[in-house]
Amino acid sequence: MTEVLKPSDSSQLEDMVKWAIADDIPLEIVGLATKRGLGRPIIGKQGNIGNLVIGHTIDLSSLSGVSLYEPDELVLTAGAGTRVSDIEDLLESEGQQLAFEPIHMAKLYGNEGGSLGGLIACNLTGPRRIKAGAARDHVLGIKGVSGRGEYIKSGGRVVKNVTGYDLSKLMTGSYGTLAALTEITLKVLPAPENTSTLVIFGLDEKTAQRALSTAINSSHEVSGAAHLPARSSSELSLGDIRNENSSVTALRVEGFRPSVVARCESLIKLLKNFGAVEKINKENSIVFWKDVCDVGPYKERKDPLWRMSVTPTMAPTIVEKINSLIAGCAFYDWGGGLVWYKLDEYMSDSGATIIRDVINANGGGHATLVRAEDSIRSQTDVFHPQTLALAKLTARIKNSFDPQRILNPGRMYLEV
Amino acid sequence: MKMPEPDKAVIERREEIISSLMKFVPSESIISEKKELSVYESDGLTAYRQVPMIVVLPETVEQISQVLSYCYNNNVKIVPRGAGTSLSGGALPLADGITLGLGKFNKILEIDYDNRCARVQPGVTNLSISEAVKGHGFYYAPDPSSQIACTIGGNVAENSGGVHCLKYGLTTNNILGLQMVLPDGEIVSLGGKHMDSEGYDLLGLMTGSEGLLGIITEVTVRILSRPTSANALMIGFDSSEQAGKCVANIIADGIIPGGMEMMDGPAIEAAEAFVKVGYPLNVGALLLVELDGPFEEVNFLIDRVKEIANSQGAVSLRVSRNEEEREQFWAGRKAAFPAIGRLTPDYYCVDGTIPRSKLPEVLARMSELSKTYGLKVANVFHAGDGNLHPLIMYDANNPGELERAENFGSDILKLCVEVGGVLTGEHGVGVEKRDLMGVMFSEIDLNQQQRVKCAFDPHQILNPGKVFPTLHRCAELGRVHIHKGKMPFPDIPRF
Repeated sequence: MTEVLKPSDSSQLEDMVKWAIADDIPLEIVGLATKRGLGRPIIGKQGNIGNLVIGHTIDLSSLSGVSLYEPDELVLTAGAGTRVSDIEDLLESEGQQLAFEPIHMAKLYGNEGGSLGGLIACNLTGPRRIKAGAARDHVLGIKGVSGRGEYIKSGGRVVKNVTGYDLSKLMTGSYGTLAALTEITLKVLPAPENTSTLVIFGLDEKTAQRALSTAINSSHEVSGAAHLPARSSSELSLGDIRNENSSVTALRVEGFRPSVVARCESLIKLLKNFGAVEKINKENSIVFWKDVCDVGPYKERKDPLWRMSVTPTMAPTIVEKINSLIAGCAFYDWGGGLVWYKLDEYMSDSGATIIRDVINANGGGHATLVRAEDSIRSQTDVFHPQTLALAKLTARIKNSFDPQRILNPGRMYLEV
Repeated sequence: MKMPEPDKAVIERREEIISSLMKFVPSESIISEKKELSVYESDGLTAYRQVPMIVVLPETVEQISQVLSYCYNNNVKIVPRGAGTSLSGGALPLADGITLGLGKFNKILEIDYDNRCARVQPGVTNLSISEAVKGHGFYYAPDPSSQIACTIGGNVAENSGGVHCLKYGLTTNNILGLQMVLPDGEIVSLGGKHMDSEGYDLLGLMTGSEGLLGIITEVTVRILSRPTSANALMIGFDSSEQAGKCVANIIADGIIPGGMEMMDGPAIEAAEAFVKVGYPLNVGALLLVELDGPFEEVNFLIDRVKEIANSQGAVSLRVSRNEEEREQFWAGRKAAFPAIGRLTPDYYCVDGTIPRSKLPEVLARMSELSKTYGLKVANVFHAGDGNLHPLIMYDANNPGELERAENFGSDILKLCVEVGGVLTGEHGVGVEKRDLMGVMFSEIDLNQQQRVKCAFDPHQILNPGKVFPTLHRCAELGRVHIHKGKMPFPDIPRF
């Protein structure tokens, strides 16, 4: 029997987890259930009579709402089930933002929206990563119920805090395998007054990566650095930038108006040897980076999709090598540090072995299979396999929070 | 403050342990003479002292792995130590433990400008990283005030901050990778040159773990392009309350300064008497605001901050006219601790964080406490991020005064937690705030933290007696309490 349980507060959640522990029933933890396709399908448990117990779903959508927002303290606390878009709207009304630029991934799975809990549990960070850090860098405190059925808290509401282990970071990006999150406190930041984007058309991938590095390494505080080869740029939603026959290399500059103007001028000079640099206005910039952030070019399809985190300068080489073995296409964010790779062909492991071998042999990093059929994701490592020592440590940490493997079992790794 | 009872059986095995260690490390890396051992008896928190049983100064990762593996199998405790600048007693030795010094790991292994990172050994000092990359216009952002001496390994262990945290983050926001040795001797690598590390965020967990989870043997730090210009404002207010409002308004205006520091009257006086940099002496609070970035931005923002300060009733305001003057503004703040040190035989530096808006309340109650304890206090405050450093003045030669100063400090930290803040912003828990952990965390919270410790260190050989007020055996913490029963909510919504 599979049920959907909807706790209305943390103490109900605590009781539900305790009950699941007592009956040894696995729980699938969801916020707004828009990213079920991310991660491995949850593994059921072997029942007493050889049957498979699929388990229940815990729906955290009722734990929603912003309980604290103090703009001049740069802090916001909200329930895990709160819609990310609601938080973004609230922040916008005060001229602030989530500086890590959340990726809205639901569309990749044919859904809309998403919860704060899901965003933090998956540590999803957009183009501003290179300047502002990842989602995990903006988490100040987390409360949740562990797989022991215990209500635990870590961190607080202040930026500077080294009291005890940083379990907030540990729970961020743990895909609900350590605790069902109930409440998250975030550092928020002023939104930039102005935004401009500089683009260069027609660069090849290696030259483009050098241009991106040159810009990021300058003191001009670039807050977005992406390259879309022609095949991917042709899928952009923005007419001005979309070009069937040409790649697009883009750099974002944000801040106070006089600063943005001055930095753009300096960057245009700095990059002139790479090609003609065009400047795009604020409105179009916002549309373009939203598209890059939310994987717009590969959004509407069903093809297997990879997200690779690699050494930025190695990215074009990695893509070139993968392309020589698989049919697919890529685009680059984070100055090359983030590569989205879409497969054109069916492969039983969606190219996992090839892709990971290439990454491992070219500066290291990791690849996550963010979209593929359930049947493939249950047979393939969705997350980059760990070394034996690290896998054992990961399992011991899981065990310390959730010894019976009640919470999202198998979502990250088969044994976790 | 009590440390765990030393294990006499281990102390009796001292000679045998030394000869076993000699199998893995050269004899000159082992310190066992009493006189030499006493060099290691304390760290920056000098109120506590303990001569270690043995000091080992390994030279290679393999040696560390072998030493740990030996200790793990023979129940010998280890206290890791970088430069020994901890202000919370994180490197306080154990009578029955080995102090493992990482001082010989002092090489910068690789600088990769294209990928904006540097791979360094843990014994490299914080400042020397910035020095090494300076020629290319880069720097390493976190800058704890001990940066000339403190090491990057210790910075990771304590998640060190500095004056630029609000804009540039703490250590945890500025590292990309780690290599470490687990207590059983296993060597593991986390992260690398890529920006998001995979799996559980062990990089985040290790940062600030105070040497209780593993020995850090290599760190990949993020380096940043140095801002092209910086300029500072020195603003005097009649009261800390006004200065606090000014800080709030600067931030509400969308400005995140590179640094924002506040000093109260006693701290201003002490600093000015010591370094004579022209701090106004007739003000209740002094605010230093530094803006960094492109020249045009800094100029633009200086004017905006000026306007905000004046509208908050600033009684004095100076903008640095050149680099020399900017450094002068900071010289007083940077010398605040030694300046206080001139006024009093001893001082005790407290480190708590509060929500900024609570500053007036906290300062008012602190001055009441100052009267109650009969001890003077001066305040320096990382105003941007709410990190408070009250300096309690006392004389250790007067019987009972150290204890009084410590109790005063504890009361301040309890107050920080009461108003929504935390026990330590950047100095760590160590032994100093260990017994206060219960003020901030429930037993359930602390037990979960200790279970994480057990996942790394089941025999609890790494730095025991630090951070946690009560040591539980791992087996005891591991038990699951099952509440056998029926579904407790017949009424809850189901779908």
